[in-house]
Amino acid sequence: MAATTMNLTLHVWRQAGPRADGRMMTYEVADISPDMSFLEMLDVLNERLQEQGQEPIAFDHDCREGICGSCSLMINGAAHGPMKGTATCQLHMRSFKSGDAIYVEPWRSRAFPIVRDLVVDRGALDRIIAAGGYVSVRTGAAMDGNAIPIPKAAADAAMDAAQCIGCGACVAACPNGSASLFTAAKIAHLGLLPQGQPERARRAHRMVDRMDDEGFGHCTLYGECQEACPKEISIDTITRMNRDYIAAGVRAANEGGAA
Amino acid sequence: MELNSKIPTGPIEQKWDKHRFEMKLVNPANRRKYTVIVVGSGLAGGAAAATLGELGYNVKCFCFQDSPRRAHSIAAQGGINAAKNYQNDGDSVYRLFYDTVKGGDFRAREANVYRLAQISVNVIDQCVAQGVPFAREYGGLLDNRSFGGAQVSRTFYARGQTGQQLLLGCYQALEKEIDRGSVTMYPRTEMLDVVIVDGQARGIVVRDMVTGKIEAHAADAVILGTGGYGNVFFLSTNAKGSNATAIWRAHKRGAAFANPCYTQIHPTCIPQSGEHQSKLTLMSESLRNDGRVWVPKQKGDTRGPAEIPEAERDYYLERKYPSFGNLAPRDIASRAAKEACDDGRGVGPGGLGVYLDFADAIRRLGEDRIRERYGNLFEMYERITDENPYKVPMRIYPAVHYTMGGLWVDYNLQSTIPGLHVIGEANFSDHGANRLGASALMQGLSDGYFVVPLTIGHYLADTKPKPIAADHPAFAAAVRETSERTRQLLAIKGKRTVDSIHRELGRLMWDYCGMARTADGLRHALAEIPKLRDEFWRDVNVPGSGEQLNQALEKAGRVADFLELAELMCRDALHREESCGGHFRTEYQTEDGEAKRNDDAFAYVAAWEFAGEGQAPVLHKEPLAFEYIPLAQRSYK
Repeated sequence: MAATTMNLTLHVWRQAGPRADGRMMTYEVADISPDMSFLEMLDVLNERLQEQGQEPIAFDHDCREGICGSCSLMINGAAHGPMKGTATCQLHMRSFKSGDAIYVEPWRSRAFPIVRDLVVDRGALDRIIAAGGYVSVRTGAAMDGNAIPIPKAAADAAMDAAQCIGCGACVAACPNGSASLFTAAKIAHLGLLPQGQPERARRAHRMVDRMDDEGFGHCTLYGECQEACPKEISIDTITRMNRDYIAAGVRAANEGGAA
Repeated sequence: MELNSKIPTGPIEQKWDKHRFEMKLVNPANRRKYTVIVVGSGLAGGAAAATLGELGYNVKCFCFQDSPRRAHSIAAQGGINAAKNYQNDGDSVYRLFYDTVKGGDFRAREANVYRLAQISVNVIDQCVAQGVPFAREYGGLLDNRSFGGAQVSRTFYARGQTGQQLLLGCYQALEKEIDRGSVTMYPRTEMLDVVIVDGQARGIVVRDMVTGKIEAHAADAVILGTGGYGNVFFLSTNAKGSNATAIWRAHKRGAAFANPCYTQIHPTCIPQSGEHQSKLTLMSESLRNDGRVWVPKQKGDTRGPAEIPEAERDYYLERKYPSFGNLAPRDIASRAAKEACDDGRGVGPGGLGVYLDFADAIRRLGEDRIRERYGNLFEMYERITDENPYKVPMRIYPAVHYTMGGLWVDYNLQSTIPGLHVIGEANFSDHGANRLGASALMQGLSDGYFVVPLTIGHYLADTKPKPIAADHPAFAAAVRETSERTRQLLAIKGKRTVDSIHRELGRLMWDYCGMARTADGLRHALAEIPKLRDEFWRDVNVPGSGEQLNQALEKAGRVADFLELAELMCRDALHREESCGGHFRTEYQTEDGEAKRNDDAFAYVAAWEFAGEGQAPVLHKEPLAFEYIPLAQRSYK
């Protein structure tokens, strides 16, 4: 419990709706406890705005435990702010100091249209999963859980990739606006497990094509995505995705049809 | 209102099989003619929507989040129970059944719990096949850990993110069906009412949270998988958006609300750090596998934990409950923490905390093993508190976590409104007065994957609902009512923010309907809640308009419903003159401070019927018979 409070200057992107013009607005925010989370600081600002008859700043958030992936925010130009491996909701004000100016903007990407203020539409990520990010197994069709032994190392590696919370920070951080880390994480998670083998080529092919169709940019290995990822998912997954994608193309060519 | 639980006859082991055979079926070609609405996309709703889509029904799935993957099931940490007995430690379907009934303090329906235990094994198989990366042993087989209220290791887990991984498996199955066209997904869409035609649930009214448009969707059956109502307390471990609106609206349209006072206060949460606190963060119960809970023996001891010698520490759970120790069930562990703090032995700011200490485990197993088991939880703790739990003990305190109460359902998971089914935390069915750890995920998936897809088929085949169009006058009327209520909320333009009123309600509920309840306290709350509700409708300020994304408006609608539900919770708590599980009435306790049930008078489900605005709700009782597990005083000593 730190005893002193902080005074901050916030510059926040305000935009009334998808088609409205937006601009940065400046707010002086006094008496902030370093123990507050970043979103609690915004709660305090919103309470004060409403007491003054103004509309609160809209931002996405839900679990506030770093797992639902709802929260976003470019904070001083960094996706999820300055703390590595941390989503905005788990960022605390002790990472800042009194007198700081903080710039808060929505995710910036062509594939994520702004809904209002700091809220964007990330539906494109769901559509990438819908294209193939699954194992096709009807409810009730499964064999005994222990009938598929999986080496611990493979299970652990799959889990590392599966931790993706779908927040979109990788896209927001990428100079090309690519969703490669998001897509590759799912391809790696399922591709590392025996359950994911039958659909492995088809999955890579369909997910990558859908990613392109949704207007995400290409990966040129800047590596900004893995720096921004709150779950620290490795860019190595992208290499794996590219290998699976090429293999899918080769197989399609050999079979004389689509993968 | 008649409560017919429709429990199949016959021995408990055969009830579900027998029922599955007796239920009517819908021919595959006819399924696409039926539309089923699923509200909620968590483990229960998501699993139901995906499975019904696979079966060939025309499914519409709604969630208020921007993606179905963000439902609050995602935040479950520790694990999921299943009676696999992979550990050869004496587990069985019967033992899981027994533990759950006993853990629920004999206030659950035996037949439902037995079915849950049976299906638990299928749930694990399903999740493994989907590619859920469960923890594995070096031999490649599934690993297990222990959880509270059990003496066997039957909990399957994926690090500290089990809920996330199970939900993603479910979400992926759902997305597959969305891509196939069998499920239409409506994200950022909030259900605000259910539409009843000729006594049957025939649709819902929703608000598109982006455009503000209020409209109706028609269907042949409606399933609610909308989670629990813990946010009535303002501070809880629930996600900020979790709310009771869907079940409360259904209640006001005729669905009985069962055992609303049964709330679970989880013993291991990070203590509050100040008035600004917006939510509380759970530290998984799995930590109690290796962490030891203690407080100083001496009152008002201000020394740091390292300066307190072993002999001056009270490992109170190990002392009071030697056979379960730190793995005593949640209600018992929470009350014991409260007692220690009430006794002036709490630690940390305000004395509202107890230690959860890993020093012994780190000595025994090494820091690496502990990191492997709980690494992400330790990191989360450090991020929030700025303290390193590898070096100093965690400080924890109980917090509202789960609600065992919910809409009353029969064995088919159908509410008292025909065609309205309720699954997962939103119903009341399986956990009695206290839920055991790692059982919520089990129940959500069991209801969603394996129970409701069959019972919905039976309902449709049995009642053959006639086709209905969304321009039926009942839909227009419901849309009008909802629009009018939204207009009212926006028109008040008073002085108080929604959050300030919600916080006040939360404090009232925590003080008088929380971990310890008294008749006087509950009467006080029952007098105060209507005043606060009046103030809300007179003086709340909801800025902005209804025709856009308006988060203040969303919150206002939810808090308006919490202000009504809170009163029913207190009323239920006042009427239940006994202590059981999470419901602890200080007047009813044993000499050593344990919950004292009154089975003669209260071995029933309290199902409340809405009787109209301003009218007292009507209590209906479903008697509980314990034919297999004899009623006994719970003992974890």
